[in-house]
Amino acid sequence: MNVPAIEVHDLTVAYRTQPVLWDVDLALPEGKLIAIVGPNGAGKSTLLKAILGLVPTVTGWVQIFGEPYERRRSWVGYVPQRESVDWDFPTSALDVVTMGLYGRIGWLRRPAKHHRETALACLEKVGMHDLAHRQISQLSGGQQQRVFLARALAQDARLYLMDEPFAGVDATTERAILTLLKELRDSGRTVVAVHHDLQTVAEYFDHVVLLNMRLVAAGPIATTFNADALQRTYGGKLTVLTQATEALLQNRSVE
Amino acid sequence: MELTFTARNVLIGATLLGALGGTLGSFALLRRQSLLGDALAHAALPGVCIAYLITGTKSPLPLFAGALAAGLLGSLLILATVRWSRIKEDSAIGIVLSVFFGIGIVLLTYIQKLPAGNQSGLDKFLFGQAATLVVADLQVMAVLGAIVIAFVVAFYKEFKLLAFDREFGSSLGLPMRKLEVLLTLLLVVVVVVGLQTVGVVLIVAALITPAAAARQWTDRLGAMLLLSAGIGAAAGAAGSLVSASMAKLPTGPVIVLVSSSVLIVSLLLAPRRGILWARLRERQVAERIQRENLLKDLYLLGERRADWDTALTWPHLMGLRGQTGRELARNARPLVAAGLAERDGDALRLTEDGRKEAEQVVRKHRIWEVYLSRRLELPSDHVHRDAEAMEHALTEAAVTELEEALGFPAVDPHGSPIPARRASGGGNR
Repeated sequence: MNVPAIEVHDLTVAYRTQPVLWDVDLALPEGKLIAIVGPNGAGKSTLLKAILGLVPTVTGWVQIFGEPYERRRSWVGYVPQRESVDWDFPTSALDVVTMGLYGRIGWLRRPAKHHRETALACLEKVGMHDLAHRQISQLSGGQQQRVFLARALAQDARLYLMDEPFAGVDATTERAILTLLKELRDSGRTVVAVHHDLQTVAEYFDHVVLLNMRLVAAGPIATTFNADALQRTYGGKLTVLTQATEALLQNRSVE
Repeated sequence: MELTFTARNVLIGATLLGALGGTLGSFALLRRQSLLGDALAHAALPGVCIAYLITGTKSPLPLFAGALAAGLLGSLLILATVRWSRIKEDSAIGIVLSVFFGIGIVLLTYIQKLPAGNQSGLDKFLFGQAATLVVADLQVMAVLGAIVIAFVVAFYKEFKLLAFDREFGSSLGLPMRKLEVLLTLLLVVVVVVGLQTVGVVLIVAALITPAAAARQWTDRLGAMLLLSAGIGAAAGAAGSLVSASMAKLPTGPVIVLVSSSVLIVSLLLAPRRGILWARLRERQVAERIQRENLLKDLYLLGERRADWDTALTWPHLMGLRGQTGRELARNARPLVAAGLAERDGDALRLTEDGRKEAEQVVRKHRIWEVYLSRRLELPSDHVHRDAEAMEHALTEAAVTELEEALGFPAVDPHGSPIPARRASGGGNR
């Protein structure tokens, strides 16, 4: 565990002039279930996207297992928020899972039989192989979430970044997802998940990142997840910091 | 029908355009960029005019090139506006569309006032004039079309990912922005190919209408692309044949009318997504609810009197729900046919089977009432109306689960007994 799974240094992200993340320093250990927790608008999803290079950063850098993300891309799997796509899209569950293999399939090639078999095996791991050929709009919210998880499994990554995998799912799916995450961890993988339900953080996760535009605290649940840290995350406004960020970024965008 | 040389050119051109428009239009539709094609078409107009002014000819290649350049410039302006300003995509499309079209109209008017200008025939680009297609035009269209199709085939899975989940594609390391520019570029090419046939104003219909129709019939992207291309080609062929057989009918608008008719039929009739089928399903549900209500009414009256043998008369039943005798007779007919009730003149009696069937409806109703009053702590006089709706919606599995969670209650909040689960296992609906 010498090299952290994720190391974030002095990361600042802004959408246009609106600051979202400020000066985040973070080192996350390998082989843990890690929750990112914070109020709405705290920049949780943005942190994941910044790690994945999906949003432009103002300052700072990110390393995955000691290397820049571009070199470690194949080690990282991503589960976006379920609401981020149009589920009425004309495609099947199996087809969506196969998308997790597109990076491996390569240009100008179609998914071959063994790719589809891999995808089907991933659907089976989330208990969805019966519904493989169903159009995705005909799946329940929990089933759609499982399809996204299966797609990430197909990526066969060492590090998984998940944006609210438990959001809007039924109790059965929640248990199934948790079992899956634990299996991933027990096989040595690292899972970082944005999580909304404070009540289950300590039960589900090993490690927590408390975020509210800046890093409030990060560490093992036992030492980090306490009332004081939660108060600092959820209570009180960061007015001075917010204003300073805004002023700075406005100058920058005028340049 | 014997086709003239011109009519044959029109037929080939319109069919080709229909197939291309249908293919690229599918991606535009799924990416919710239906109006992008419209903007690109309008943006191409000044390009055509400038190309004419520079070269002084109306041979297809320079005009195509001009349209292509202006369309590309328009599309890049839209992408750049969205990326670098606070203006949203729909506004950016509207702005680019109107500004370029305005410039195009000014140039067009200027050209027509030139000595040689009124012979330029450039106004055909406004509404299209397929009859002016010559073999050279068709050759350019065929080559461009082949290039477009080759790209779509080559990058099919990447385009699919772009349309479905762009960010995930980026996280895989695929150059999604470049793919987006490429797809937009292909759209521009198709628009330019179609300008002479259907014109700036109507080209968006050639893109979107076949795609929207095809979407109704299939849940597979590959099938949707093929079907959309097929509908587009068929509409192009049919439209050009109709306009050839009836003099003075303009080809472009007729093509649009044909494909719109296909769309309307698809919206109404397509299985699962069609409006007619949805209505039909709604009606079937409504009728089932009526039937179940009648069953339940008969059961409740029997239960109250502890008498299952006396048939209940029409006036008696009509009073319960304010129904007319005709409505009642209509609801009773399927019950009698299914052997759930017996009709005895103007009176109705539950059979043994009917009583069992009715018990299940009543069971759902009463268990839901227990659930509401115990778990949600609603007073017992509040729960009846809600249960009236739920008794028709709850599945057997859900009721059984509820019943277990509630510890197999024996009576509902009003004190009426809850019937047992059907022994034979499951309803027959």
